[in-house]
Amino acid sequence: MTASTLQRPPASTEDPAALKPKRRITGAGLLHVYTWVIIGWLILPIAVMIAFGFNDTPGRYNQTWNGFTLKWYGRLFEYPDLTSALITSIVIAVVSSLLAAALGTGIGYALGRYRFTGSGSLNLVMFATMSSPELIMGASLLSLFVSAGTGLGPVTITIAHVMFSISFVAVVVRSRVLTLDRSIEEAAYDLGATAWTTFWKVTFPIILPAVFSGVLLAFALSIDDFIVTAFTAGTTKTFPLWIWGATRVGIPPQVNVMGTLIFAVGVLGAVIANVRSRQRKRD
Amino acid sequence: MTTPQHSAVRARSAPPAGGTPAIEFVGVNKNYLSHGETVPAVKRTDLAIGQGEFFSLLGPSGCGKTTTMRMIAGFEEPTAGKVFLDGNDVTNVSANKRDVNMVFQSYALFPHLNTYQNVAFGLERKKVAKSEISRRVAEILEIVSLTGMEKRSPREMSGGQQQRVALARALVNRPRALLLDEPLGALDLKLRQQMQIELKRIQREVGITFVYVTHDQGEALTMSDRIAVMNAGVIEQLGSPREIYERPASRFVAGFIGTSNIVDGHVDRVEGGLAVLSYTAQDRVVVPAAPSVRQGDRLEVSIRPEKIDMHRGVPPVQATGGSVLSGTVTEVVYHGTSTNYTVATAAGADFTVFDQNASNADDLADRGDRVYLTWAPQHSYMIGD
Repeated sequence: MTASTLQRPPASTEDPAALKPKRRITGAGLLHVYTWVIIGWLILPIAVMIAFGFNDTPGRYNQTWNGFTLKWYGRLFEYPDLTSALITSIVIAVVSSLLAAALGTGIGYALGRYRFTGSGSLNLVMFATMSSPELIMGASLLSLFVSAGTGLGPVTITIAHVMFSISFVAVVVRSRVLTLDRSIEEAAYDLGATAWTTFWKVTFPIILPAVFSGVLLAFALSIDDFIVTAFTAGTTKTFPLWIWGATRVGIPPQVNVMGTLIFAVGVLGAVIANVRSRQRKRD
Repeated sequence: MTTPQHSAVRARSAPPAGGTPAIEFVGVNKNYLSHGETVPAVKRTDLAIGQGEFFSLLGPSGCGKTTTMRMIAGFEEPTAGKVFLDGNDVTNVSANKRDVNMVFQSYALFPHLNTYQNVAFGLERKKVAKSEISRRVAEILEIVSLTGMEKRSPREMSGGQQQRVALARALVNRPRALLLDEPLGALDLKLRQQMQIELKRIQREVGITFVYVTHDQGEALTMSDRIAVMNAGVIEQLGSPREIYERPASRFVAGFIGTSNIVDGHVDRVEGGLAVLSYTAQDRVVVPAAPSVRQGDRLEVSIRPEKIDMHRGVPPVQATGGSVLSGTVTEVVYHGTSTNYTVATAAGADFTVFDQNASNADDLADRGDRVYLTWAPQHSYMIGD
């Protein structure tokens, strides 16, 4: 025992201690480059969008750089139909993400906490809706709404958005509930709380960060959704639909400014969620 | 021979304190359904726990001790039988309406609430007046030595402090009984020993019945007024720590509580209330016998390792009238205060012997030494007697 630990194994001629750090340095260098390539790749389109919001372009075409200006921020609401499309999108995103949060939290909690008849199928269906192509979902929703005789408009868009974002909320909430110590709820019950009080005083506050990220996700999915919205909108114009329509006549810089503002709100939300989860994790 | 059935009957002895028991099980059993099969978790059990008792449910994992506790708490409903609290039938009363509180193994503190809010949770549910709540929370935090920690959140506290919060959160409601589910399991040894003493002190101060679930026999022996040793859904023995240690009712209890040497054999003769089991001309085990024991009966005898004297090479005086077994030392483990020997004996069983390292260090026996083990008749105990 002692002899074998003292003696170097005869097979290894190179010193492993000398090799290891060298390999780590080249590896770390490569990783550095790779990281920055990916960051650049991800951020470049957004940077271009933000930059062209400051482009002093003479007309509606906003494809070549003509110098810096802040005037589009002042003339943000110059196109009333663009403004109303943005408002429509925001309203739909808020309503659908809140509905998806309410329904998705319930589903996620049930799936994380209990095994019940149909829970397996529900899991499967949720992943199916998340992974099924939007084009097919949109087309079938159109047939559904048309054959059901409902007119197309903000309501059908909202229904469609709730439908595809519910699963995302449910999955996020479910994974949180799975890591939630069951005895915490039992403790509340043991201390005299009803099932209702236990949920609102104990369970919900604990899973709130997960619900919050679910809402953010649903909001992000809704506000820029194009494909499903195009099928279910009828004559309603949402922000993405308006931009698509404007491509033929030129997309005004206001669109870039609005995009920048939406992005800023999204970043803010993500930062808040991140900080909160860090606070939670910190010992 | 004694069977667990027999000891289960013994277990029905009433608690030492008279009057209505704090907790009573009458013919309770609990089955679980697992993949369409009925699995018994707790077999038919009668149990009475007295007012103010420190009562332990002791056994290996899966023995039914936690299920038993959860039936007291109201988290599990018995398959059959009745549960009484202070003489009231609570079999169908749900956990949130039962006047007992629980300290969970994981503490189960509310992570989003601070110490004060955690402790006040139960009183708020009972709609106790705010001033009364703050008075009672302050009082209980003082008892568990957490005064000044009101604003701390659970994650800012050590394991021992969290444990105290969990204790305070349950005790502040002045329950009929406090149920503790392996509450010290997550603490390190030193803290655990400290908390054992603390728990005993707190229990004396509040005077509430404690039901303590543990798999740690040392913990159960030090803290309890009475212990129920459970195995495979049955209470194998119920009694004071001393009774359980000195007079184990079954082979399982003898093995589970501390270290026991168990030897069996046929009764050669009974004289003066002592049964003698002979193995060779000089190797014999002498045990105080029940009146029913007859010549030829097969007995199981348990002897605690610290009661045995070991003699090296010198045959002991036969006149003591006690047990004598010759054997060979097969293992020597030095423990500082004592030395533990394993001896292969003439009775066929391997014996463990604890020898206090009192004076002569050169007294140590070596592996392979021929030795004689002797002990007084009263240190033999007939299992199941």
